[in-house]
Amino acid sequence: MKTLSIIETAYRATLEEQDDPVVWIIHALKGAGAEQAVVLRANAVNYAVKAQGVPLLAFGARQQKHGPRVAESVAGLIGKGVEVHVVSDDLVERGLQDEELVSDLRMIRGTDLPKLCAGYDLVWHW
Amino acid sequence: MPGYLMIESRDPFDSGDFAAYLALAEGLAKAGHKVTLFLVQNGVLPARHGARSGTLAALAANGVEVLADSFSLSERGISPNRLVPGIKAAPLDVAVDRLADGCKALWH
Amino acid sequence: MKDRKTLTFLLMDAPFENARTTTALRLIDIAARRGYDINVFAYEGAVCLPFAGQKQHANAVHGHDVMQEDHPLPREWVEAVVQEAARNGGRVDWVNCGLCVDERGAFDSVAGVRRGSPADFWKMATSSHNTLVIATK
Repeated sequence: MKTLSIIETAYRATLEEQDDPVVWIIHALKGAGAEQAVVLRANAVNYAVKAQGVPLLAFGARQQKHGPRVAESVAGLIGKGVEVHVVSDDLVERGLQDEELVSDLRMIRGTDLPKLCAGYDLVWHW
Repeated sequence: MPGYLMIESRDPFDSGDFAAYLALAEGLAKAGHKVTLFLVQNGVLPARHGARSGTLAALAANGVEVLADSFSLSERGISPNRLVPGIKAAPLDVAVDRLADGCKALWH
Repeated sequence: MKDRKTLTFLLMDAPFENARTTTALRLIDIAARRGYDINVFAYEGAVCLPFAGQKQHANAVHGHDVMQEDHPLPREWVEAVVQEAARNGGRVDWVNCGLCVDERGAFDSVAGVRRGSPADFWKMATSSHNTLVIATK
């Protein structure tokens, strides 16, 4: 069974969770044997930007040990053999250039999505 | 071939991604798939006749089955007799029917 | 009577925060009334839906005491759909993502809820007729 996860929501709880929960669960599902691919669209295309990162949060004396490393997490999926597609229209809309992004992404247009969806048994929209 | 069930809970007045989701529905229909776009929650707001919802009418005219959850319509005082042409009110049971039939199911 | 099906739902929203919760439970309730087998994987805030510590309260704005207000509690709705499915020959398997439970302290759930992991969600998805992911925003 092949699944395609289309990720649209971005930066919802990444600071509290130290991860993007959807990218995280896709890693976990891969570990459980799932055959899957990902599409980053809308604001989630920003997850492919290499230069992102934040200083660690501190509230009073409570210092965070690990911040979110979302781009590395996306690259990690690619490293595990998960195809990660990015909707190029959404990159352009957000002023993003290819050289700013992690490697080995698969560029698609928004109009390519229907054909891509057809190749998967389940299509989940996050 | 079961087709697609696309549930839309968001509306164009609040979400800039509404248009892209509808564009996907249109693309799937043009590719020959049977597509049901099921509007729920605030997703029914553009179904009200007179609302700025040209895209929904065009989708319905282009072969996408556009349904609006009766409960959500009632919650918002939208009469099922006063919907954008081509949109029909339907109970949420229809969405469960489509799920049970094996339609690829997406929620926005 | 519809043929029995198995449907899987992944939920993410915490209670009382978004209309997605009630729509999701409406879908599950319809499936329960049909006697379907229903898997629910509660991820992120949704692990609080069956939290046993939820309590009703009065409503001074409307002049209601606790009993008069009879405020809905998602944990009661979870219990109700579990019972409804059983009444119709089906079952609900509700799994709370364990790590999400831990970080939220939502350890105490109503009966019929078990702790699990994304591996359980994958097992559910691969053994169902269909799976619907209702992600949060």
